[in-house]
Amino acid sequence: MPPATGGGLAESELRPRRGRCGPQAARAAGRDVAAEAVARSPKRPAWGSRRFEAAGWWALLALVTLLSFATRFHRLDEPPHICWDETHFGKMGSYYINRTFFFDVHPPLGKMLIGLAGYLSGYDGTFLFQKPGDKYEHHSYMGMRGFCAFLGSWLVPFAYLTVLDLSKSLSAALLTAALLTFDTGCLTLSQYILLDPILMFFIMAAMLSMVKYNSCADRPFSAPWWFWLSLTGVSLAGALGVKFVGLFIILQVGLNTIADLWYLFGDLSLSLVTVGKHLTARVLCLIVLPLALYTATFAVHFMVLSKSGPGDGFFSSAFQARLSGNNLHNASIPEHLAYGSVITVKNLRMAIGYLHSHRHLYPEGIGARQQQVTTYLHKDYNNLWIIKKHNTNSDPLDPSFPVEFVRHGDIIRLEHKETSRNLHSHYHEAPMTRKHYQVTGYGINGTGDSNDFWRIEVVNRKFGNRIKVLRSRIRFIHLVTGCVLGSSGKVLPKWGWEQLEVTCTPYLKETLNSIWNVEDHINPKLPNISLDVLQPSFPEILLESHMVMIRGNSGLKPKDNEFTSKPWHWPINYQGLRFSGVNDTDFRVYLLGNPVVWWLNLLSIALYLLSGSIIAVAMQRGARLPAEVAGLSQVLLRGGGQVLLGWTLHYFPFFLMGRVLYFHHYFPAMLFSSMLTGILWDTLLRLCAWGLASWPLARGIHVAGILSLLLGTAYSFYLFHPLAYGMVGPLAQDPQSPMAGLRWLDSWDF
Amino acid sequence: MWGFLKRPVVVTADINLSLVALTGMGLLSRLWRLTYPRAVVFDEVYYGQYISFYMKQIFFLDDSGPPFGHMVLALGGYLGGFDGNFLWNRIGAEYSSNVPVWSLRLLPALAGALSVPMAYQIVLELHFSHCAAMGAALLMLIENALITQSRLMLLESVLIFFNLLAVLSYLKFFNCQKHSPFSLSWWFWLTLTGVACSCAVGIKYMGVFTYVLVLGVAAVHAWHLIGDQTLSNVGADVQCCMRPACMGQMRMSQGVCVFCHLLARAVALLVIPVVLYLLFFYVHLILVFRSGPHDQIMSSAFQASLEGGLARITQGQPLEVAFGSQVTLRNVFGKPVPCWLHSHQDTYPMIYENGRGSSHQQQVTCYPFKDVNNWWIVKDPRRHQLVVSSPPRPVRHGDMVQLVHGMTTRSLNTHDVAAPLSPHSQEVSCYIDYNISMPAQNLWRLEIVNRGSDTDVWKSILSEVRFVHVNTSAVLKLSGAHLPDWGYRQLEIVGEKLSRGYHGSTVWNVEEHRYGASQEQRERERELHSPAQVDVTRNLSFMARFSELQWRMLALRSDDSEHKYSSSPLEWVTLDTNIAYWLHPRTSAQIHLLGNIVIWVSGSLALAIYALLSLWYLLRRRRNVHDLPQDAWLRWVLAGALCAGGWAVNYLPFFLMEKTLFLYHYLPALTFQILLLPVVLQHISDHLCRSQLQRSVFSALVVAWYSSACHVSNTLRPLTYGDKSLSPHELKALRWKDSWDILIRKH
Repeated sequence: MPPATGGGLAESELRPRRGRCGPQAARAAGRDVAAEAVARSPKRPAWGSRRFEAAGWWALLALVTLLSFATRFHRLDEPPHICWDETHFGKMGSYYINRTFFFDVHPPLGKMLIGLAGYLSGYDGTFLFQKPGDKYEHHSYMGMRGFCAFLGSWLVPFAYLTVLDLSKSLSAALLTAALLTFDTGCLTLSQYILLDPILMFFIMAAMLSMVKYNSCADRPFSAPWWFWLSLTGVSLAGALGVKFVGLFIILQVGLNTIADLWYLFGDLSLSLVTVGKHLTARVLCLIVLPLALYTATFAVHFMVLSKSGPGDGFFSSAFQARLSGNNLHNASIPEHLAYGSVITVKNLRMAIGYLHSHRHLYPEGIGARQQQVTTYLHKDYNNLWIIKKHNTNSDPLDPSFPVEFVRHGDIIRLEHKETSRNLHSHYHEAPMTRKHYQVTGYGINGTGDSNDFWRIEVVNRKFGNRIKVLRSRIRFIHLVTGCVLGSSGKVLPKWGWEQLEVTCTPYLKETLNSIWNVEDHINPKLPNISLDVLQPSFPEILLESHMVMIRGNSGLKPKDNEFTSKPWHWPINYQGLRFSGVNDTDFRVYLLGNPVVWWLNLLSIALYLLSGSIIAVAMQRGARLPAEVAGLSQVLLRGGGQVLLGWTLHYFPFFLMGRVLYFHHYFPAMLFSSMLTGILWDTLLRLCAWGLASWPLARGIHVAGILSLLLGTAYSFYLFHPLAYGMVGPLAQDPQSPMAGLRWLDSWDF
Repeated sequence: MWGFLKRPVVVTADINLSLVALTGMGLLSRLWRLTYPRAVVFDEVYYGQYISFYMKQIFFLDDSGPPFGHMVLALGGYLGGFDGNFLWNRIGAEYSSNVPVWSLRLLPALAGALSVPMAYQIVLELHFSHCAAMGAALLMLIENALITQSRLMLLESVLIFFNLLAVLSYLKFFNCQKHSPFSLSWWFWLTLTGVACSCAVGIKYMGVFTYVLVLGVAAVHAWHLIGDQTLSNVGADVQCCMRPACMGQMRMSQGVCVFCHLLARAVALLVIPVVLYLLFFYVHLILVFRSGPHDQIMSSAFQASLEGGLARITQGQPLEVAFGSQVTLRNVFGKPVPCWLHSHQDTYPMIYENGRGSSHQQQVTCYPFKDVNNWWIVKDPRRHQLVVSSPPRPVRHGDMVQLVHGMTTRSLNTHDVAAPLSPHSQEVSCYIDYNISMPAQNLWRLEIVNRGSDTDVWKSILSEVRFVHVNTSAVLKLSGAHLPDWGYRQLEIVGEKLSRGYHGSTVWNVEEHRYGASQEQRERERELHSPAQVDVTRNLSFMARFSELQWRMLALRSDDSEHKYSSSPLEWVTLDTNIAYWLHPRTSAQIHLLGNIVIWVSGSLALAIYALLSLWYLLRRRRNVHDLPQDAWLRWVLAGALCAGGWAVNYLPFFLMEKTLFLYHYLPALTFQILLLPVVLQHISDHLCRSQLQRSVFSALVVAWYSSACHVSNTLRPLTYGDKSLSPHELKALRWKDSWDILIRKH
């Protein structure tokens, strides 16, 4: 793709407007605009001085930024209680301050920044963040909220600059800035301790620096070029470090880069060496740099969180040995499994727990009436098993016998230490998963039958044929039926104490449910070694934490009978999210887009597709467009196309996701949609003005159109601002309510 | 006028003997001993049920695909005179004598056989050589997995047939486009493309992938057409395009408008498929008009449109619900099971197991079976009578009602007490006055969700209503949870306080309905026990039935069952998995879905070579180095777009799917790979072999490779046809990969 310039002619025509259009439109954005400004503006003479123009440019940017900051920081301290997901992210910030390990489905950067902001602003990490609605009281929360609002405020100037660069038109940029400043949704989302403002900050920063480096394309390898290119990389790392949604902007930058390189490669005036340099620069800045930064955030994450905490159970035993306070930390146990060892066996899938048995039988009618075998999440003496040879019942701990290690492929028996029953399976159906076989405890004092024999197998034998505690991944294959010991993860009814079901699955697929590892290991005949030797390396931790995150994400499934938000609800602003308060006496904050802004965005997408395809077909048909129209079409197709791609990439993948979705997932896409609206209306109005050039007031059409859009947006913000800044008093049905008459859709509940 | 007598009558026919031979061999390989084994093989057990339903014209619901596929199989049954009487319950069960196995398996086998000459045609139409075309067809012919799949009563071979037909007819159309647009054959192939696409989609949803591919290629070609400046925009000859008379002139003048071209394509490739797709459902609904075992999943209105079943009960009941009406209320969402609002004598336990308390009032549940306790009486709160006055006063949207339980005469009530299993919602009960200052709150406001603009009367079956509690504005909702033993494992009903938007679980419709006439409780109970009466018929429009059926089919989620032979897409490319289809009850003769590993591996290799070569050429062309002449390049691109593209669209989407996948899902992608193979081979021979010697060596290599493929095919033949019982030793020898599951009997 050639560098995104908005067509030379349009630009030359537009440049002088900067100084003229700016202040007046900005005032419009401010509040009540003096009507005479509209009347006066076309006649006002252009300021010639270039310095003056630059000053105007900076002033306008400052105004936009100021307005954005003012709206975001206004009444930031209200309500002084936990709102919505603050309960999660505030809590996670506290974990960083307290250095306790936790688990979350998102990468750590966002929460680390929140924690840092809290730390710097004097929050001590003692607030519990138990549930929405809890009062903060004396705890300092403004630092964290202020940090999020600070990042959220930058969205508007970023969007402003991006559109300015794409369209070279101040009015388009101003319109975009106004749409975002006056959108109640963006405003609400920026005011609380959430990941979204941080995520959107990085997304927009990446977009802006990508656009900037595109426009530096005529001066490759210059300082600004390097600056913007590496800034793109840094922002990408940031976006991905906050949420995996950051992958979409990475995809967009990737597509842009490929197109860019393709264009350079086709430029025969460039030598292959130069093209190679371009390629290397991009690989360095857009792949190596982000990856390094992303990895670094994880390194910091693991370094900071060194104490055992609520997240331990999600990770493997070897991982837990790193955390101080965990019982595996600094422990020393024998390294290799031998006959006679007393062990606990943990399932490799998260939140399944240890193989467990207890003195209760399966109830009547559920398989054979033998002792239950389950998995149990907590440490308990009933999790202990003794590993024995299948054919002898002699005590291997007898000092006269030599130590014999258990090896891959050995036939063994597992005896439950407390009850002396053997792990047993047979052709009875399992209690919950009917296609699997039941697993029971059987036999008296270790004497059972051939159904107690299991073959122990080490998966992919990384550590040789012996079985290493914590590290070896093992499977137990039932000798008679050939099935594999596993846990289905289903909760047993009351008779099973709501522990999880253990089955023997006849399907030999290698899933984590049927892979186990040895955690505790007691064998007096073997020398103990320190567990530190077994600690996983950093790449292994990184990989494991990603696996756990991905599994956690796909585990968030919606329930059937619940109302869930669907992606098609979002662009039409079908329904918001309650941030705070329900009843008419509560302080209520409701996350809902400003309907005027959102519906305008929706209309603009349709209009864009229509006008874009008309122009594209006309050009393909070889129509000769007048120079000015050609310039504007370039802006529409190139600039608008880039933004539309952003919207598409940040919206449509959600249709494919199986996890629970929420309204706020749409906001990154909404930013792109607003930028499209700005570009589209500005271009269309200019085209309109050009088409009616013979008409005396033609030029005024553009100004009047933009002004009325700005004013309309500002007025709608005036109407809907209580959604974001909080409402007290009766609900909207009541005519006394501040929101009376504004509940335009029945599905909005405020 | 007798001119024809002056000259001899001559019929000149071009018969491509290789085509005939290919067809013959295809038929032979697919039809040979078609009735063997005379037992249910693998998924036949599943498709067979639906054929039986068609034969008996009983309604069913199946989530695996649109009805056209099942109808094709059922056509075979119809031609063979199958009466549908066979119990499809077990793989390996012997067919009874009334099952026409041959004709049931005939259509898939024919489709599989015809795919062979079609592969030949496609490669020819891509403008590759006769040899390459023969190669493609011969590979299709000997591919074991395709043979196995077409010889059984399964749908993949039919799907592959229509996929290939769509691609072939598009190519024919595209080649017509160059010299004779708007000729008869142009129209024929264009229409056939649309028809084949919609048939492919109608067989299995997977057909959509090929449809999208064809649409994509057609869109690119149409875009080039728009760029063709020799065509006029919307010429004066718009009508002319449509009139066959002036076709001849137009071919000369090239004066056809772009608009006509685009319109013709839009009609053939967009409108025709949609219409046909609807037609499949139309025929389906005409064929299966009797009520059957899957009725319960459908809405009451749909059930009432079937013969028998609910229609027999509701036939003749009054339409408008009036004060005093006796009704049963069915939940519209019906998940986890369809059920009716129910109450019974038992009360909520005073204290639940987790220590929370209840109101100890009469339980209200949702019950999945018909029962006399499902009857409720719609009562006017302002009057005391429980009968319909004359004339009946219909209930309207926004009216206040009480719902009185027919058998216990207690009214439906909710209050600020936590529900048994969903503590965030309110408990719903039938009110018992314990005199403990807990007043009855039994007023509900009726909201008709789908009311028309003209009428707001509550209609039985048709109206979907919500009951909004007057005091607390909670909505009557099915929570989906099963109550414990004290609630007889029936489903929990709650009052949802924060009702957000429309959700089926809060919406109800009247199913059975009659006007109550008995004043006395005793009489009323007798009345409730007696079946309903009176007469009205109501029919749903086809579109309403279609949309409901389609929606339910897509929403029906079979619980993710593990299967012994399920596999993941990654295992398919290298053929790391197989499926055991059938094992002879006594001997070790067995049928497997197992591909010809030589073809699978070389197909994947060819794909990789194609991708690498294309990338190489593209980069070189970008630097203005043209390795290939323009026409060879265009051929190469088109062949890649259709064959490599066909593989990609039929394979890659499976990575996003969460359902249970099997090896046979890969077969459509495999056929496209097979088409690509000879294309790549010919390209290597034509453009990469520099000398005649190299070319000869390469040809010899290809011949050697093909013979090895034939050899492998022949070796695996006993597992494909299942006709020969192999010894355990021989079977072990065939297990070339550890992951292949070949059944060996233990003696």
